Amino acid sequence: MLSEAVKRDIEALRGRYPVAQSALIPALLRVQEEQGWVSPEAMAEVGRLLGLPVEVVAEVASFYTLIFTEPPGRHVVQLCTNVSCMLSGAEAVRERVERALGIRAGQTTPDGRVTLLAVECLAACDQAPCMIVDQQRHGPLSPEEAARLVEELD
Amino acid sequence: MAEPVLLRYVREPDQGEIEAYERRGGYAALRRALRELSPDQVTDLVDRSQLRGRGGAGFPTGRKWKFVPKDAPVKYLVVNADEGEPGTFKDRTLLEGDPHLLVEGIALAAYANGVRTAYVYIRREFYEARRKLETAIAQAYQRGYLGQRILGTDFSLDVYVHPGAGAYIAGEETALLESLEGRRAMPRLKPPYFPAVMGLYSKPTVLNNVETLCCVPWIVREGPEWWLQQGPPQLYSVSGHVDRPQVVEAPLGTTARELIERAGGVRGGRQVKAFYPGGTSSRPLPARHLDVPLRHEELAQLGSMLGSAAVIVMDETTDMVKVIARVCEFYRDESCGKCTPCREGTVWVTQILDRILHGRGRPEDLDLLASLARNMTGTCFCPLGESVPPSLRAGLEDFREEFEAYIRAAREPVSMPVRLHLGAPAPGG
Ligand SMILES: Cc1cc2nc3c(=O)[nH]c(=O)nc-3n(C[C@H](O)[C@H](O)[C@H](O)COP(=O)(O)O)c2cc1C
Ligand code: SF4
Ligand code: FES
Repeated sequence: MLSEAVKRDIEALRGRYPVAQSALIPALLRVQEEQGWVSPEAMAEVGRLLGLPVEVVAEVASFYTLIFTEPPGRHVVQLCTNVSCMLSGAEAVRERVERALGIRAGQTTPDGRVTLLAVECLAACDQAPCMIVDQQRHGPLSPEEAARLVEELD
Repeated sequence: MAEPVLLRYVREPDQGEIEAYERRGGYAALRRALRELSPDQVTDLVDRSQLRGRGGAGFPTGRKWKFVPKDAPVKYLVVNADEGEPGTFKDRTLLEGDPHLLVEGIALAAYANGVRTAYVYIRREFYEARRKLETAIAQAYQRGYLGQRILGTDFSLDVYVHPGAGAYIAGEETALLESLEGRRAMPRLKPPYFPAVMGLYSKPTVLNNVETLCCVPWIVREGPEWWLQQGPPQLYSVSGHVDRPQVVEAPLGTTARELIERAGGVRGGRQVKAFYPGGTSSRPLPARHLDVPLRHEELAQLGSMLGSAAVIVMDETTDMVKVIARVCEFYRDESCGKCTPCREGTVWVTQILDRILHGRGRPEDLDLLASLARNMTGTCFCPLGESVPPSLRAGLEDFREEFEAYIRAAREPVSMPVRLHLGAPAPGG
């Protein structure tokens, strides 16, 4: 179930575009902000609000890596592994963070605390190696600093 | 060293506030344009400044604006704030440090092109940049620089921020428009879908990069001659093995050697082995080209390009096989899957590079890579697929002995580059 606030926001988003489908991705992200992911039920509801078949919603949602169609952990850690970060030690950071969390990149801790994603360039190579924890960017990070950041997450 | 232009105020903590921006001369260009200049005159100034797009393709901005049909009743302006080319971080620096500069650039571009609605397509990970930009837009509305009847004229403009959702290909202009229309970000066929003629909702659309539009207020305020005298100013994102990775503003045509120096020199006092001059889509160059002016013409002659002007520096200890494998893996994972040469070519290339890296390379692999590079050149539907051959060619021509060394020595597996798990590729990036 979408909250009234989310429904209101989706209505407002729709008003920004001459074509309702343009509001689809912003609407899915808005849902995700509240629920952490976009469930099949949420897709159906967003589809109803924007007048789109659920298949269209699902197809679009599945294309974008930052629309989660499965529930992630309470925190999402995006660790950059692209070239500038790799040249600055991202490999060691990834290994250390994986050890701290007991999972590999792409996985979620069994207690549902953290999802770790290895991602492409975050346009923050001046802070390489860097990572984004939820919405906060950190860097340059030593392996120990990175491990401490993820261990502190509740 | 001349005073920077584009970066002049990005480190002032209050620059995101409209009062501070105005106090430092902000919105004067917009006032002047609305009072004294016709839309065509604004376009002429931009044309005479010889400004070329800063998003990667380097197309002359004035010429692009002149393609837009004048009499079309509905037109759009779309700002590309997707900044995804590996090694590039100058748009983020501008958005976080001087968001009103972009807002003013948007207003000027909209005025010049008869646009009433603009969308800023901003990548999802730009949380802080987006907050700053939204604040700036709200303040600009309050002050009458956006909205209805701007500064008492009959020019009106609405600006909306539109988030991306994680897809490098969405930075390609036609894929961006698909994404903005709520679909999967897959490139459109050009022609007929040249954005200037048939863009957003099939209407004429001006599509420009963040940095490109940030140049416009300065050009209108100080004039094209002044602009050219300043260099013209160009942002280079300098990263990798330098002591202080940063965005360096320097005259267009500055050499990598000077840029590296301005970024604190090579880390640990080591020597440069190679550098990407224009992001990972450009051909990486060996150190003997450190004194080449980083400009469109000179780089094209070397089979490379200025691209997004992201200079990624690699020192003498760098394993070029690993770097090139990582780059090819990036394109494999971000391929949208629409065309075969890219979808399958990137998979084959990464499989071969993977076995070379893991001590299972065969002597014929280098010829195989060369032929894949040939087959992916000129055959891909969009430039993403065409971004793989430049790195491969550099690897095979300039760093061949590193590949051969891997193949000769049936050696122990090296520690793997971070993303080289090389499982099934994820289509749709
Ligand atoms: C795969 C691919 C990714 C791109 N990513 C970006 C990007 O993130 N930002 C950008 O401004 N341009 C990007 N471009 C270039 C755009 O297609 C387009 O040329 C540019 O935004 C036009 O603006 P400009 O003329 O002001 O440079 C990309 C191109 C390709 C082929
Ligand atoms: S070249 Fe790659 S990214 Fe471009 S259309 Fe083809 S498959 Fe998609
Ligand atoms: S490579 Fe990591 S932020 Fe650019």
